[in-house]
Amino acid sequence: MKFPTNPMNSRAQDPHDPDPHRRAPRVDSAGFAARRSEVYAALVEVLPADALLTGRERTQPYECDGLTAFRALPMIVALPATEAQLAATLRTCHRLRVPVVARGAGTGLSGGALPHRWGVTISLARFNKILSVDPLSCTAEVQCGVRNLAISEAAAPFGLYYAPDPSSQIACTIGGNVAENSGGVHCLKYGLTLHNVLRVRGLTAAGEPVEFGSEALDVPGLDLLAIVIGSEGMLAVTTEVTVKLVPRPELARCMLASFATVEAAGAAVANVIAQGIIPAGLELMDRRMTEVAENFVHAGYDLSAAAILLCESDGAPEEVEEEIEAMRRVLTESGATRIEVSRDEAQRLKFWSGRKNAFPASGGISPDYMCMDSTIPRRKLAEMLLAIEGMEVKYGLRCVNVFHAGDGNLHPLILFDANDPDQFRRCELFGAEILEASLKVGGTVTGEHGVGVEKLNSMCVQFSPAERDRFLAVKRAFDAEELLNPGKVIPTLQRCAEYGKMHVRRGLMPFPDLPRF
Amino acid sequence: MSAPPAGVAQLIDRMRAARAHGTALQIVGGGTKVFYGEAPRGEPLPMRDLAGITSYEPSELVVTARAGTPLAELESELAAKGQCLPFEPPRFAAGGTVGGMVASGLAGPSRAAVGALRDYVLGLTLLDGRGELLTFGGQVMKNVAGYDVSRLIAGSWGVLGVICEVSLKVLGSSVETATLEYEWDEPRALQELARWRAQPVPLQASAWYEGRLRIRLAGSRAAVREARARLGGTATNPEAALTFWESVRDQRHGYFAPATDEPGEGIALWRLSVPPTVKPLSLAGRQFIEWGGAQRWWRTSAPAAEVRAAAASAGGHATLVRAADKSVGAFAPLSGELMRIHRALKTAFDPERILNPGRLYADL
Repeated sequence: MKFPTNPMNSRAQDPHDPDPHRRAPRVDSAGFAARRSEVYAALVEVLPADALLTGRERTQPYECDGLTAFRALPMIVALPATEAQLAATLRTCHRLRVPVVARGAGTGLSGGALPHRWGVTISLARFNKILSVDPLSCTAEVQCGVRNLAISEAAAPFGLYYAPDPSSQIACTIGGNVAENSGGVHCLKYGLTLHNVLRVRGLTAAGEPVEFGSEALDVPGLDLLAIVIGSEGMLAVTTEVTVKLVPRPELARCMLASFATVEAAGAAVANVIAQGIIPAGLELMDRRMTEVAENFVHAGYDLSAAAILLCESDGAPEEVEEEIEAMRRVLTESGATRIEVSRDEAQRLKFWSGRKNAFPASGGISPDYMCMDSTIPRRKLAEMLLAIEGMEVKYGLRCVNVFHAGDGNLHPLILFDANDPDQFRRCELFGAEILEASLKVGGTVTGEHGVGVEKLNSMCVQFSPAERDRFLAVKRAFDAEELLNPGKVIPTLQRCAEYGKMHVRRGLMPFPDLPRF
Repeated sequence: MSAPPAGVAQLIDRMRAARAHGTALQIVGGGTKVFYGEAPRGEPLPMRDLAGITSYEPSELVVTARAGTPLAELESELAAKGQCLPFEPPRFAAGGTVGGMVASGLAGPSRAAVGALRDYVLGLTLLDGRGELLTFGGQVMKNVAGYDVSRLIAGSWGVLGVICEVSLKVLGSSVETATLEYEWDEPRALQELARWRAQPVPLQASAWYEGRLRIRLAGSRAAVREARARLGGTATNPEAALTFWESVRDQRHGYFAPATDEPGEGIALWRLSVPPTVKPLSLAGRQFIEWGGAQRWWRTSAPAAEVRAAAASAGGHATLVRAADKSVGAFAPLSGELMRIHRALKTAFDPERILNPGRLYADL
């Protein structure tokens, strides 16, 4: 049997179905059952039967990732344990033209691992071995399913660690980090996944082994590693990753600074950076976020402040002293009303605990929340916060704000109740308006969570048809049949046309002498 | 040759005409890297007039400049605000441009410590071989909207499109630097470099040549002071140190610029990029080691196959940088699957193969 239709043109399987409460519809059609049998029969030839899951009960754990508003049951879940099994799975799916969605821990926040109803979800959970830690080259070679934090734990005996630390680092996998180009609270100083990965080994959609990057610092030809990182599972399936490890700083101290207005806190962030200081972390929480986090973990935050900044300094003890004093000076001059520096490691971790638990804490005060992820120039932080306050009134929903302020990466959490369809609708509009406001001030719709299915519409605003066409061409250069994670990241022309209303595209880098669009 | 384009609109016209006629174009900046890679072919497409820094916000750590902006102008604007391009792009000669710097993707002595040029590319505007102006990335630090095409363009030698404008992340210049010297042979130097790599010392650059290792420390006063106390060695006076590192960066050091015209004698300059911990390579000739062991230059008359095999068996690759005869290919050949992807990307951005044809690989 031939694959019924181009899966992404079929409204029934569109992951962006306008009804958010829809569970994956039970598909009982004879066509679906026959297709599933056909694919299952082919896969059971190359995988042990216990590595294949079908049926609602067994596949339901895979129906969504961290973006729970979008769900679909995969046709089949495959759990290969070796690269040979994975290659055979991919070759089989390729031959039968079955869409494939690779999945790590499922902690992604943009629906990048949302299953395809007519596709195979490949769980890479069994690729969980740390292959080597080399203290001389300061690298670790790990399988894709290894958890982010497990790498640092394995490197700890050598005084080394893996720097990118997304908040989900206890659970998220390095393969997922590569797919999303994950950041974290320390990426201001230590960089994103892109800056900390040397090599990615993987398989193409056709099951061909391929290596991007190397343990040397560069490779001949085009820098394909740079485009594979952050490609959201659309270009290749990652199996192994060589990461860079860095020496653990001798000392880290965190400073909490309170501000009477959000504007003052935003300006203080720009002032710190302007002084040439690159703190190890520089985070901003508004009053409501601070309250929510404080109730959740009792970190000792100043609840009278309109906003607080967390500024971290790390390095040699003398260096940290020097930097802490420099930051104290800038923050005081910027109007800080209270400054507290961590006395010891226990207190430092306590300061961070509230920030790191911002999302779960928000879950405690609202049935649901939607986390936005745009990045804007730092100098626009205060302006954006005021704009968001206006939107709260406009849409009748509350929003709490927590930022990677040093990077200008916002995480407004819009609070809503998914059981109320109108609240969900307003929440989506609220989110879209934040993203479009971010674009207007020179930002981007996603800083670190990825496009997935969540921000497909916003991609229509950020990129021109020609740019989106090149994205699709890049995809086809790696995956000619468009079988890897189809329908994610890059919206089709048709979808953008449907998204409709005439958006005036902002010129990111306008040429005054050039008529554009 | 037609008049140089005064702006992007003219560039677009030129590109569309070239595409219609199948005319090959070589993108020309300052011409300082013509010797690097495969020989340029096609009608010159001069970029020097598309120049100027279009925005610079020191507190944002971001600068945006048009491709034809002289690199020297960009660096002096940054220096005036106490900032720099941390990856120390090699200049080779005066007159290089920002576009050429990005297109070649090269980095200088600090590469192993601070990252590659591509790590500092935030976004760019590209005129591709289809004659369309495309913007990827932006001016913000974190951006994962769509594929990271701007970083793919870094180091692509113009084969996918003409860089018109680029936004770069910049950093404050180090408050303090110090250069230390050690009389060590190659194995000892590599061994010590590996040991330091795993320690929190602010080691920003290294160069080993003829039995002498030099390292540059850079960072806060406290960090440099503490590292100096810990690492011993002999301090180089700051002026001599500056001259030395600049000469390595720009390849004006005697090793790279010998008095005699060696290429005529069959000696070529190779760049071997290998994992830093690889044990000393044994080729006939003279060596200069940078990047903590990850970049090993060789002046050798050894056959290309031997040099490439040595690099490959060490887990790296070899580039033929300066030679009278580059018929073996400047860049190491790619595996079948990677080459297939390269060709498909070329077709995506430049289907008629009019842009810098053959500059990277003969069939791109």
